[in-house]
Amino acid sequence: MIDMTTKYAVEVEDLTVAYDTKPVLWDIDLKFPKGKLTAIVGPNGAGKSTLIKAIVGLLKPVSGSIRINGETQDLRSLKTRIGYVPQSSSVDWDFPATVESVVLMGCYGKLGWVRRPRKEDYALTRQALKKVGMDDYADRHISQLSGGQQQRVFLARALAQEAEIYFMDEPFKGVDAQTEKAIVQLLKELRDQGKTVIVVHHDLQTVADCRWWPADRSAKFLMMKI
Amino acid sequence: MDTLIFLFSDYTFQTVALGSALLGLISGVLGCFAVLRKQSLLGDGISHSALPGVVMAFILLGVKNTEGLLLGAIVSGLLATILMISIVRYTRIKFDSALALVMSVFFGLGLALLTYVQKIPNSNQAGLSRFIFGQASTLLQRDIIVMAVCGVVLLALVVLFWKEFMVFTFDSDFAQTLGFSSQKLNLLLSFMIVVAIIIGLQTVGVILMSAMLITPAVAARQWTNRLGVMVTLSAFFGALSGVAGTAASSLVPKLPTGPSIVVCVSGIVLISILFAPGRGILYRANRRRKNRLLFRMEGGSPDVPTI
Repeated sequence: MIDMTTKYAVEVEDLTVAYDTKPVLWDIDLKFPKGKLTAIVGPNGAGKSTLIKAIVGLLKPVSGSIRINGETQDLRSLKTRIGYVPQSSSVDWDFPATVESVVLMGCYGKLGWVRRPRKEDYALTRQALKKVGMDDYADRHISQLSGGQQQRVFLARALAQEAEIYFMDEPFKGVDAQTEKAIVQLLKELRDQGKTVIVVHHDLQTVADCRWWPADRSAKFLMMKI
Repeated sequence: MDTLIFLFSDYTFQTVALGSALLGLISGVLGCFAVLRKQSLLGDGISHSALPGVVMAFILLGVKNTEGLLLGAIVSGLLATILMISIVRYTRIKFDSALALVMSVFFGLGLALLTYVQKIPNSNQAGLSRFIFGQASTLLQRDIIVMAVCGVVLLALVVLFWKEFMVFTFDSDFAQTLGFSSQKLNLLLSFMIVVAIIIGLQTVGVILMSAMLITPAVAARQWTNRLGVMVTLSAFFGALSGVAGTAASSLVPKLPTGPSIVVCVSGIVLISILFAPGRGILYRANRRRKNRLLFRMEGGSPDVPTI
């Protein structure tokens, strides 16, 4: 269910995030419209990933507030609503797990503590794998995947979350043109289903066919509607 | 063969072998998570840090029984773990440095206290130095019961939080966004590793304990690509070396139990690293050789699509 009472999926106000004493984001005000596909574009070190991590609750901001669907950010109530796709380089791909078991992790949030995945979770996992074109790889070990396939597995895991708002950190990193097209297509499908998708991206050229607007006066990155 | 049958019907042997098998099983299971989280040396740090706790328990409480001394070990092991985690969180010191720092300070303190205690009359019977190299022959039925209870609790926790531990170990950030607090899981897992180490101190001692934690897990990793299989295999390897090591030390005069258990488990790891299908050194060398031959004969074309 997506309620239409608020126009914005994510509202960021006066956000300041710092590593140690050095602020990375300073007084950021941002609004992400609901049911849209939005990209955050900027050079390395602009604070794009930091912004996303602060929104999903991985980093504690120094000040400011973040509202998701009009509610103040609270991890417990959020966990089933947001889907986070970290950079694929952030994990060890030699971990003993199959493609299927990694995608199944997407269902863990809904299950909560201690409860085991049920039959419908496995079905959902299969479905998600099919959507990213990886259903033949379900029983493969994750170390046998290429960079693009790793990215697809992470996407499938996010799809299995059935979230309302998706945050994706560099989903196009190390991906060839063909896979990129497939991923963009998938993101557009998500948007057409009424989901909000927010993507961090570093290359302006691949998202050339879209309107853009400056994110915030103090931010070093841009936001664009695709 | 007769000697073996005679050995296995011996009560003392049964007690020590059961204790060592339990220890191998428990440390095998928890060691998998330590290894996969790239915290292999955590066990080494915790076990060395347990020494001052053992000695302090003797000085302050005057206890000599194993439970009392191990309680001291748990307290100082936990203290060291929390200290390590806090150093990583609040300073810019990395995990490996924090570990070495805490471990050496605690172990040094333990040795200093031990020297001090040995000057006190009546301390010889306490047998504190058995915790350094371990002395499996001192295992009593009481100790086995303590180990079994701890083991059941630890295994139950692993089964209960299986999915949480798995997602946390693979991708802790993602686990956090799912609502599984990485801070809580980290503490829980570290606490469980501390308990596993402490119950092994009497058998293999603080110096060799980390081998019990890491080696079965590393061996098991070579044979499988599934976490469930890895943990089961690791438990099996640990238990097997516990029994084999105890048997070896009973058959060869003056061979200490703890070290021979560690030698057994090292043998398993060596075999695994060499021969395991898929990851083993010899297996890979053989496949490379075959591939080279195949490419030369068939002039194999690379499997890369051309645009």
